[in-house]
Amino acid sequence: MLQKIYDWIDDRIDITPIWRDIADHEVPEHVNPAHHFSAFVYCFGGLTFFVVVIQILSGMFLTMYYVPDIENAWKSVYYLQTEVAHGQIVRGMHHWGASVVVVMLLLHTMRVFFQGAYKKPRELNWMVGVLIFFVMLGLGFTGYLLPWDNKAYFATQVGLEIAEQVPFIGTHLKTLLAGDADIVGAQTLTRFFAIHVFFLPAALFGLLAVHFILIRRQGIAGPL
Amino acid sequence: MSEEKQQVSRRTFLNYTLTGLGGFMAAGMLVPMLRMAVDPVLQTSGGGDFTNVGLAVDDITTEPQRVDWKIDQVDGWYESEVSKSAWVFKNDKNEIVAFSPVCKHLGCVVSWEGNEDYPNEFFCPCHNGRYYKDGTNVPHTPPLAPLDEYDQKIENGMLFLGKVRTREEAKPREEA
Repeated sequence: MLQKIYDWIDDRIDITPIWRDIADHEVPEHVNPAHHFSAFVYCFGGLTFFVVVIQILSGMFLTMYYVPDIENAWKSVYYLQTEVAHGQIVRGMHHWGASVVVVMLLLHTMRVFFQGAYKKPRELNWMVGVLIFFVMLGLGFTGYLLPWDNKAYFATQVGLEIAEQVPFIGTHLKTLLAGDADIVGAQTLTRFFAIHVFFLPAALFGLLAVHFILIRRQGIAGPL
Repeated sequence: MSEEKQQVSRRTFLNYTLTGLGGFMAAGMLVPMLRMAVDPVLQTSGGGDFTNVGLAVDDITTEPQRVDWKIDQVDGWYESEVSKSAWVFKNDKNEIVAFSPVCKHLGCVVSWEGNEDYPNEFFCPCHNGRYYKDGTNVPHTPPLAPLDEYDQKIENGMLFLGKVRTREEAKPREEA
């Protein structure tokens, strides 16, 4: 049955070559943990992506209950956490996953750095990777505010004051982020929500696409 | 025997194992999310909260009268007061009847004798839906079902109304 559906589609739009380009490729011996166990370090990038997928999925489901409004944000999170079946688990996945992503990202960066895999011709992909790192930190920072509890509020206060230290444009940057010159409140929350679920994920998808296309184009760096 | 062995090669076996393991891990990830998403469907509805609608049983006549009252509604994390209304009267058998005013056609609000052309009927102004006094829909008008009824009980001579039920699932009045 599945084979028939696949053949029907393949017959018309010839997807087998696309599929082959995406999934079917040689894994060089030096990155295969079956040959050299130490090659597990090559998994860090893929694992980072795996956790990112978990973040995207759990985040999508969390927005079924979450409200980005100062009156209801905390209440909706509390409701989700205490009343909804498995809500605690899904929020737990998103909460802990956020930290795990940063850890995996760091491990991946360290592997690339210490193996010198960023060297010519792969400098561009290193730069894209650094941008992904910044986007991830941005996601972590904006997501931290969303439960609208005391920890979130004061962490954001501090974060905004850090942004204010930027020379020349600091004050404007802070207002731009917070939505108000003095108040960390209603407008800050909606802004952070928009940045967290629309702007940064969009940037992340674009950067990830470039990151992966470059890997496929240039191949994995050779053995040490 | 050796032919049967050929049917599942080492590679096929490993493929199955890998697919199964991958599916198991994916399920472990997705099940909590899906369970959370379908939670509203699996919530048991809290039945039978009765509210005093502020109408003494002695004041109920054979002429339908509209009663309005408010209930405290808990909607997830949001609690609010919601207005309810009903048409209440005593029928031929001297039983108290409380109809929901929501039209069974498309959910407009019906009124008793809402149109002077149709006396002794409930009338819906949206598409000229009509109901007889016992709540059954007049044939060849838009509604396809009789008006819903409120669960009711009487305490200290006052009328209490509860959940709305369709005619089929309406249950006999609780005396308290």
